[in-house]
Amino acid sequence: MAIPHAQGTVDAAEIGNFEAMAAEWWDPNGRLRPLHDLNPVRLDYLKREISARFGRDAKDSRALEGLSILDIGCGGGLLTEPLARLGATMIGADAGAANIAAARAHAEAQGLAIDYRATTAEALAAEGVRFDVVVAMEIVEHVADLPLFLREVAKMVKPGGLLFLATMNRTLKSFALAIVGAEYILRWLPVGTHDWKKFLTPKELERAVEASGLSVLDACGMVFDPFRGSWSLAANDLDVNYLMVAERAG
Amino acid sequence: MSRQFDVVVAGGGHVGASLALALKQADPRLTVAVVDPTPPAAGPDARASAIAAAARRMLERLGVWGEIAPHAQPIVDMLVTDSRLDDAVRPVFLTFDGALTTGEPFAHMVPNAVMVDALLAAARTAGVEIVMPDRVIGFDVTDTRADVRLASGATLAAGLLVAADGVRSKLRDLAGIGVVRWDYGQSGIVTTVAHERPHGGRAEEHFLPSGPFAVLPLADDAAGRHRSSLVWSEKSATADRLVAGDDFTFGLELERRFGRRLGALEVLAKPKAFPLGLTLARDFVRPRFALVGDAAHGIHPIAGQGLNMGFRDVAALAEVIVEARRLGLDPGRIDVLERYQRWRRFDAVEMGIVTDVLNRLFSNDVGPLRALRDFGLGVVDRIASLKSHFIGEAAGIGGSTPRLLRGEPI
Repeated sequence: MAIPHAQGTVDAAEIGNFEAMAAEWWDPNGRLRPLHDLNPVRLDYLKREISARFGRDAKDSRALEGLSILDIGCGGGLLTEPLARLGATMIGADAGAANIAAARAHAEAQGLAIDYRATTAEALAAEGVRFDVVVAMEIVEHVADLPLFLREVAKMVKPGGLLFLATMNRTLKSFALAIVGAEYILRWLPVGTHDWKKFLTPKELERAVEASGLSVLDACGMVFDPFRGSWSLAANDLDVNYLMVAERAG
Repeated sequence: MSRQFDVVVAGGGHVGASLALALKQADPRLTVAVVDPTPPAAGPDARASAIAAAARRMLERLGVWGEIAPHAQPIVDMLVTDSRLDDAVRPVFLTFDGALTTGEPFAHMVPNAVMVDALLAAARTAGVEIVMPDRVIGFDVTDTRADVRLASGATLAAGLLVAADGVRSKLRDLAGIGVVRWDYGQSGIVTTVAHERPHGGRAEEHFLPSGPFAVLPLADDAAGRHRSSLVWSEKSATADRLVAGDDFTFGLELERRFGRRLGALEVLAKPKAFPLGLTLARDFVRPRFALVGDAAHGIHPIAGQGLNMGFRDVAALAEVIVEARRLGLDPGRIDVLERYQRWRRFDAVEMGIVTDVLNRLFSNDVGPLRALRDFGLGVVDRIASLKSHFIGEAAGIGGSTPRLLRGEPI
């Protein structure tokens, strides 16, 4: 399949950044450790909201059985694999072919059946596929054309289904913590991973989501505790990292 | 083809058995095996353990307290003295009111054998595979699992291998995890005695120059005899001589320490001596591997915290594993296991240091030190609250109590 680079929703330079890191996706002591640390809170929020919407028991370790989920911008599958383990029928999509290769190899070793595709949101949407849940985590700040991306992604949400987004707020605090702190000082992330100017405030993201035909249900912050070395959900602190969930009316 | 389990626990003592049971109860889909070399028909463990209130709440939540309770002796009063052996009167500097604010006794004395049997039986009923007698002789960790080799020749594939094999953990060595060790040159003599008069549920700890001498009340036996469990610390050479010597000498030495407040004494179990030391594993986790209980931290029994810390490990590790599974995460991954390590290591190191300092302070007969500790140890009972307020809370680590210890489901 031809991967449309530098056109549509994909920013070619951005994709290159992550491809270089593909092999490192699953290294627990590698540079992407921050994403592994962030994973539990993202999953907690996803599972809570999905369970509430589809009448599942959030404590059940197979709560997502029978639900179809698309993880767009899945990278090495950090979120795709847990959702598959929870029972969901998963498609993981990423424009970076190296990411998809890394994700496939890892899922196979784990004995997980996941349909990974090196493709874009618009290509998938053109196939006419629809999902109970679409997940686009830490990606909206990396896409070239946000309104187009959200329009294509929203098309793939079934009526009554949910869209999850996670990104970083454009505040002075996020500039200090995420760009200067995480990239330059702590060297948690490769320098140049984030472009602060592309960050979206919750209001801007909400407007863009609503313009795509979905209704925003909730937004929730994610806060890092440096003493515990772990993240927690904070409903009222959206200053740096935050999640948003929207629905297509059923 | 190896049989596959999500979790394999090496060691079927109270720590290993309670971990397996806690996991299976919270997440019945988890496949769990316990491997232990003890033949089921081995002689009963004569030792008894003090179960703190939090650990008892956990045993209640696990559904085994009902079976243990008839054999458990509540400790309703506690007496601590600091004295020389020949002092006519031992000054009392510390007494505890036996009941917590909620009206429950602060500890129970429970026979180990009763507790382990109840836990193993409940684990088996819950669907835990009990592989016994057999033992782990080696393992190889790959990216996705630990391949575990057993003495019988069988192999198990485990998503996570947990070592609950005691203070001299073989698996800890196999994993290449080093330990920090202090040897006290002391041994604890453990035995059970019968006495004429009832103990009234009172525990005593006498800080003698040779080391602490603790009397812990047991429930009356079937014949109606009043009994207590002893933990008696001596220099290792003395302890070995005492347990190897004749009953008459042992009885005489015992009476010098125990006194005659409860009438004539009779030694019910062959005394055994256990070398005492402080052993702390440098790491509690490795990829696909975790240490719990004494394998992670063997501490001096002076504060009676060893077993209770083991239960804290169990409650924390079970919660971390079950929470990870609920989020679809792989519980054997090091980033998941490090949450358990962060949660427990701080507590273990700190408790180790507190008990070590207590022991060094008390196991001597230096005059000025004695005066100092008589003055200063009114605050010993406040160490727990000092600890939680200043260190745990302020640093934001080790602070929260695992759900099972609060008596809640995971």
